[in-house]
Amino acid sequence: MSTEQPKIGVFICHCGSNIAGVIDIPTLVEYAATLPNVVVAEDYRYMCSDPGQDLIRERAREKDLNRVVVAACSPTLHEPTFRRVLGSIGLNPFFFDMSNIREHCSWVHTHEEEAALEKAKDLVKMAVARAAELEPLQEKEVDVKANVLVVGAGISGIQAALDIADAGFKVYLVEKEPSIGGHMAQLDKTFPTLDCSSCILTPKMSLIGQHPNIELLTYSEVREVEGYVGNFKVKVERKPRYVIEEKCTACDDCVEVCPVNVPDEFNAGLGWRKAIYIPFAQAVPNAHVIDTEHCLGMTPIACGKCKDACEAEAIDYEMKPEILELDIGAIIVATGFKLFNALRQLEYGYGKYPDVMTNLEMERMLSAAGPTEGKILRPSTMKKPKHIAYIQCVGSRNERYNSYCSRVCCMAALKQARQIREKYPDIKVTIFYIDMRAFGKGYEEFYETTAREYGVNFVRGRISEIRGSFESDRIVVRGEDTFLAQPVETEVDIVVLSCGIEAAKDQGELARIFGIQLSADGFFLEAHPKLRPVETNTDGIFIAGAAQGPKDIPDSVAQAKGAAASALSMVAAGRVKVQPYTAVVNEDLCAGCGICEASCPYGAVKVVDNIAQVTEAQCKGCGTCAAACPNEAIAPQHFTMDQIIAQLDALFKEAE
Amino acid sequence: MTNKSWEPKIVCFACRWCSYAGADMAGTSRIQYPPNARVIRVNCSGRVDPNFILRALKLNADGVLIAGCHFGDCHYVSGNYQTSRRVALLKEYLKEIGIEPERLRLEWISAAEGQKFAETMKAFVNEIKLLGPNPLANGGPE
Repeated sequence: MSTEQPKIGVFICHCGSNIAGVIDIPTLVEYAATLPNVVVAEDYRYMCSDPGQDLIRERAREKDLNRVVVAACSPTLHEPTFRRVLGSIGLNPFFFDMSNIREHCSWVHTHEEEAALEKAKDLVKMAVARAAELEPLQEKEVDVKANVLVVGAGISGIQAALDIADAGFKVYLVEKEPSIGGHMAQLDKTFPTLDCSSCILTPKMSLIGQHPNIELLTYSEVREVEGYVGNFKVKVERKPRYVIEEKCTACDDCVEVCPVNVPDEFNAGLGWRKAIYIPFAQAVPNAHVIDTEHCLGMTPIACGKCKDACEAEAIDYEMKPEILELDIGAIIVATGFKLFNALRQLEYGYGKYPDVMTNLEMERMLSAAGPTEGKILRPSTMKKPKHIAYIQCVGSRNERYNSYCSRVCCMAALKQARQIREKYPDIKVTIFYIDMRAFGKGYEEFYETTAREYGVNFVRGRISEIRGSFESDRIVVRGEDTFLAQPVETEVDIVVLSCGIEAAKDQGELARIFGIQLSADGFFLEAHPKLRPVETNTDGIFIAGAAQGPKDIPDSVAQAKGAAASALSMVAAGRVKVQPYTAVVNEDLCAGCGICEASCPYGAVKVVDNIAQVTEAQCKGCGTCAAACPNEAIAPQHFTMDQIIAQLDALFKEAE
Repeated sequence: MTNKSWEPKIVCFACRWCSYAGADMAGTSRIQYPPNARVIRVNCSGRVDPNFILRALKLNADGVLIAGCHFGDCHYVSGNYQTSRRVALLKEYLKEIGIEPERLRLEWISAAEGQKFAETMKAFVNEIKLLGPNPLANGGPE
């Protein structure tokens, strides 16, 4: 407990015109100077800048300050900055409080200058009152386990895992599907360079399989995450594949005898696979898996043909799910996306007309390794089409489904259109769009070339209806050409729906498991949209790729590398600071009733010899125990009864 | 009973992970809402001691808003469940002592729900305006 008289300095930030444009700063400074214990009150244009920080240091020395209040932006943004300023001049960093007069005031009461000033005065008054009650705390350091868990092995997870493993740290790479590769493995070519997707992805996949620092856990899912930054306890379930990976030679003898045909997910349902299968030729690990949902039954009575056929004796019907418990330092969540389900947008007739297909189905058709070996055929007649129409923004930029832009569909449509025109100059391609978004490096040039040199037609306007033709077996698309302000109606042979990107089906469940948040569009929420794009609000957990929002391959790779670097800086340092907000017990007041013990979500409080005791390593400082304690005998540090009461009293007492 | 010059004074306890960040989101999105509330940041809505609420009301706060993470999203697993139980009980108690239980409001606002934070503020301020000033301000409900 500090007994010296508080000497508080209040520093008020203009944030350029962000705050000063609304709030009358000179009046606020004048007011702050009159508050109890305030020795100095000053303002500056950008308090977070170097000169702003120097101003705080100088005044603190001159006036012998022992508490600092900064009225500026959200503490989420700059509390750590100003705490460092205090630390740099030998003041305890926790003798600091922040008034949020930007996000909570000037930005939301822009046209109510008087009321905003009154609110800012109150917020500063409350922070000053709280500052007087602050106590010095020591940040604790904890060890960080020297490994990283990467969840999801699409291009983002693969890249992150490789970067970390190359730096010499152990990586556990968990993938829910039987093979790594994600959506990128399904793509034929990638824009804007027309690189063959497999050619740039599969070398990375095989590196994953061989890397001495990577432990690959395919067909596995994270079930539980406990602990805290540097010391997560993670439970991973390895689902049984019923094929022993190490023994399987991928000879396909089992596939030949399997009597069950199942639509092939890898080929977007355009082809068939067996109930025992390898998802695709370059799969890693290159081992079969039995799909128990479609398998006739893994006993000789029901079928058992695959086991008989397997000379390597790799098939084990007795395999059971296995739970692995891992001690993890940092986690990267790169669980990807799902494609918008075209069945939802009824007016486009997907599922009703076989010649209406998704962009992913067309991608598989374009692939030489796909169900048609690269030939473009009308699914209804298996004949070459004369005219293909693309419809953009299916499920995206539409209030009924997702209001955001999926970012990749314009370029994907351009790329496919160009591939089609390259292969078959006699097939006409028309793209119906709202606006073409070619935002990346080299994308606009690709768009220009596709339009000019490859003769792709563009019509601006959303298609309102797709129906079968009354005269032929073709499809009619109807809509408006908004450039000509005229209705358009065209007969085509294939319609490709440019389906957008959506958050994964189990995104909410994943957020719960990892204790991270979702943004309004359903993707994972980053800690700051600009400055902390790979961090989450949970220390030690990072996000990458399309799980954070729609992204193309270059952006996914860039974010994965960012997440890897952030995780690496944590595990390489080996130690991390944790905030010292743990609960402390006032033994004189504790009656040993045990209500705190019952309320603690972490089992961190135990009553021993009629006194509550807190296990520091388990306590996270939520303060639920404090709210429950009938004697006010337990409280989390930095959020004590006195500190919060001081804020309330400052706010309301004067008004009495 | 309400006059035009009277503006309700509201205190809002917001958990730092969801609702405080939601209020920040309202700010970064520049969503305007009435300036009646002052936010006190706590780690978890579960930290909000019933004594804080009673003290605020005793000091003539016209309304108390507690905002936390949605069920299942609590950064501290189950803090918000405890908050919801406490608030339900406390509302009964407020009825007994003659304070309208509507003056105490509990909302779940995620870090992404800037819009919801602003809407909640608008709705709560309107509701309190209809209720009028805290009955304790004029010497108590008797």
